Amino acid sequence: MARPRIVIVGASLAGLRCAEAVKAAMPDARVVLAGDEPHRPYNRPPLSKDAMEGLAKGQDAAQPVFDKLLLRSKLGADDIEMRLGCAATGLDEGRVILADGTRLKADWVVAATGLRPRRLPLKGAEGRRHVLRSFEDAQRLSPALRPGARLVVIGGGFIGCEIAATARKLGLQVAIVEPAPQPMLRALGTRVAAAMAALHRANGVRLYAGRSVSAFGPDHVVLDDGDRLEAEVIVEALGSLPNTGWLEGSGADLSDGVLTDGHMLAEGVPNLLAVGDIARFPNPLFDTVPRRIEHWCVPGQTAKRAAETIAALSAGRQPSVCFAPMPSFWSDQYGLRLQSFGAPALADSQTVIEGDLSQIGRAPILVEYARAGRPVAVTGIGAPPAMIARHSARLTKALSETVSA
Amino acid sequence: MKITVDMEACLLHGQCVIAAPEIFSFDDDGGLVWVAAPDEGLRDDAEAAADACPEQAIVIA
Ligand SMILES: Cc1cc2nc3c(=O)[nH]c(=O)nc-3n(C[C@H](O)[C@H](O)[C@H](O)COP(=O)(O)OP(=O)(O)OC[C@H]3O[C@@H](n4cnc5c(N)ncnc54)[C@H](O)[C@@H]3O)c2cc1C
Ligand code: SF4
Repeated sequence: MARPRIVIVGASLAGLRCAEAVKAAMPDARVVLAGDEPHRPYNRPPLSKDAMEGLAKGQDAAQPVFDKLLLRSKLGADDIEMRLGCAATGLDEGRVILADGTRLKADWVVAATGLRPRRLPLKGAEGRRHVLRSFEDAQRLSPALRPGARLVVIGGGFIGCEIAATARKLGLQVAIVEPAPQPMLRALGTRVAAAMAALHRANGVRLYAGRSVSAFGPDHVVLDDGDRLEAEVIVEALGSLPNTGWLEGSGADLSDGVLTDGHMLAEGVPNLLAVGDIARFPNPLFDTVPRRIEHWCVPGQTAKRAAETIAALSAGRQPSVCFAPMPSFWSDQYGLRLQSFGAPALADSQTVIEGDLSQIGRAPILVEYARAGRPVAVTGIGAPPAMIARHSARLTKALSETVSA
Repeated sequence: MKITVDMEACLLHGQCVIAAPEIFSFDDDGGLVWVAAPDEGLRDDAEAAADACPEQAIVIA
């Protein structure tokens, strides 16, 4: 067979890891990695943590900060073709169409186009409203992060809460506006979220939970109850939307990301796969419901799986049946590490198995999450890594028993 | 195969311990320890650990 050509769209973590895994499994494959950002693939988590702090020190810091973000790769310069700074605009009968009119013929197409921040559908405060997903977003935001400035973060998810924590460290006055009763509620459940809210308050953040923004004024934001919060800087951290525009009309199910099966093959379009934050796939560790997962570990796991699928099908073999990756995520706020294994968002109960939530930030805490009496996640808050590793090993064992059962 | 971990970069995520338990582990004080020259047969595990490390702290040679 001729050398298969694989076009991967989206040159970030998932796209890069997929290119590496395809080349490892099929050394003769021709791989094109196409992305709309001008940069080589880089790492996003530090953008709300130390990179944000570094950039706030001034423009001189930009290059060294970016160099630290660049993802290391096993691929040499000639192993794959990179097309950077050029968006895909469509997929037409196995051809990826780029914004400059190029049509890339492909035996396999991998969608790795990730997410973009959701914005409030409100006018006003244009120069002062920010989002945070890309290095450029961080560069635009950082000059505004001056000590004493008033920052309103709209949305108390992980990214919003990390921005708030970093901004406190930089000496800003910070308020978080979160429509749900607690920040990070969906991800962590009521009790842990309440403890995290207490941690933010203890660090001087004003938390407006159960409230939303209804308008932007010239120097303030207006809340739904009419309250005004003065703000020189505003960050909208309201969650993300999948970048699926280029797949409109391709036949793929784009109702929330790209729906795939457990081989990462998209439903409805032959030879299309999806990986990373954009992929909505079933995980038999938990159940049969396909879900998108916005954690750093998922791009690596799904990229390997997609490469295995492409390699097997190209060689006329069936790819292995079971794909049940263990999700994990971490978050750093006020020097405290939150680390989770499994899917706490699926749980209906939480049990503190080490420590005490009222001692958050002062002593290690470990929480076990269960659904219908079966463990689905463990989360450590300021817990020693060895303690978390012990419990996550136990969780992995319990969950894999459900898969093989 | 030789493994080094940049302890300036390592933030003790413990992902390597999960990806390659035969190479990486935590000692009794909670510090990261690893087999510096593991058997070549463990290369896939070592690479999985390097890929799973959010700080890119693991270097395999
Ligand atoms: C500020 C921030 C902090 C985070 N912190 C953590 C954390 O602490 N822990 C954790 O577990 N996870 C964290 N994450 C999540 C993690 O970074 C993501 O899960 C990961 O980046 C997903 O990788 P991806 O390659 O699937 O998507 P992305 O990184 O979103 O990459 C998609 C790429 O595709 C490009 N693209 C989009 N449309 C097109 C198109 N039409 N044509 C070509 N290219 C296109 C995009 O520009 C982008 O380069 C954080 C994310 C952010 C933004
Ligand atoms: S995964 Fe990386 S950061 Fe975490 S303990 Fe291992 S080497 Fe350190």
